[in-house]
Amino acid sequence: MKTCLVVDDSRVIRKVARRVLEDIGFEIAEAADGMEALAWCRAAMPDAVLLDWNMPVMNGIDFLRQLRAEPGGAAPKVIFCTVENSPDHIRAALEAGADEYIMKPFDGDIIEAKFAEAGLL
Amino acid sequence: MTPEDMDLLAALGRARAGVRIETEKPYLIESRLAPLARRESYDSIDALIAALRSKREERLIWAVVEALCRSETRFFRGRETFAQLRDQVLPALSQRRRETPIRIWSAACATGQEVYSMAIAAAEAPGLFPGARFEFFGSDLSERSLEKAQAGIYTQFEVQRGLPIRLLIKYFESQDDTWAISPRIRQMVRWKRINLLADLSAMGRFDVILLRNVLGGMEASLRGKVARALAALLPEDGVLVLDPEDDASEIDEVLTPAPGGHGIYLRDPSIRAAAAA
Repeated sequence: MKTCLVVDDSRVIRKVARRVLEDIGFEIAEAADGMEALAWCRAAMPDAVLLDWNMPVMNGIDFLRQLRAEPGGAAPKVIFCTVENSPDHIRAALEAGADEYIMKPFDGDIIEAKFAEAGLL
Repeated sequence: MTPEDMDLLAALGRARAGVRIETEKPYLIESRLAPLARRESYDSIDALIAALRSKREERLIWAVVEALCRSETRFFRGRETFAQLRDQVLPALSQRRRETPIRIWSAACATGQEVYSMAIAAAEAPGLFPGARFEFFGSDLSERSLEKAQAGIYTQFEVQRGLPIRLLIKYFESQDDTWAISPRIRQMVRWKRINLLADLSAMGRFDVILLRNVLGGMEASLRGKVARALAALLPEDGVLVLDPEDDASEIDEVLTPAPGGHGIYLRDPSIRAAAAA
């Protein structure tokens, strides 16, 4: 079973994402900020990361840059999921190594479509 | 809605557009008619249908038929189909056509996602003849869908279903909370309201015709007629694109499925020559 780390400081968003992703066959781990997410990845690299942008302690883009520099950190597909919807933000995410990008608000259909685009389904 | 109302709607769909209205799904019919009833200032769907019966007004009849026929669409619906068109069909056609424009018709384009997806696929296609030219046509039964298609403005929800983020950034411009297809793509497309049941013989030649999300919703007796009428507009090496699940038995005398099973059909000159001999 593929694993997905859901990184978001909102417990509600994590819960919604978990339900959708479990429905399409992922095993879920959760982290509330980039630092916690990095600790998870160092322990067990997931197949996918669903990543919020604005979080306390360490934000999503800083996490992504660090992840990509870690041993094995190039492997996970990283899908941003954020309210930031400007082309500049999207370009910055792609340059930092994001595979796909979801603009909130999202629904299950969008998550599924984007995970398919990232080659995860 | 009464059973008689449903029968009336089904009869209109059949007669005007050849479309099979699913009377076993009243909620679907209601969800499509409710916005129209509001727009036309009727208190309810029942009031709209009562007016339809009493006035027998052409404009209102068409508005109802268009609302009933409106279909869901999305960018790059059928990802593998578009990948095959981009990577195989368009490069091969362009090497044969060289600088002669390749004409592509989305024959039920709804709100435009399909024809814009084709235009993006052509822009992204590898190995095209240098100087290859494309012309895109979008047609639909619904004027309202065509207006939206022509505007090329989509909600954040619409651009997130089927459109890879790299293509969004490359071919769309952000406008407040919506996304507008870039002018260089939009200007490649021409639009027209066309009923596929009409005589299509004067449409001219098309190298690629997309007839998707259509045959499955049509009256069985009309499917072959429409598919054959469109196939007749293709040149020897033309391509017809159906949904993979469409029944193509009505056109298998003139078209051969391309390998892959993604709904792409080719005119097969050898079969046609044998039939003529």
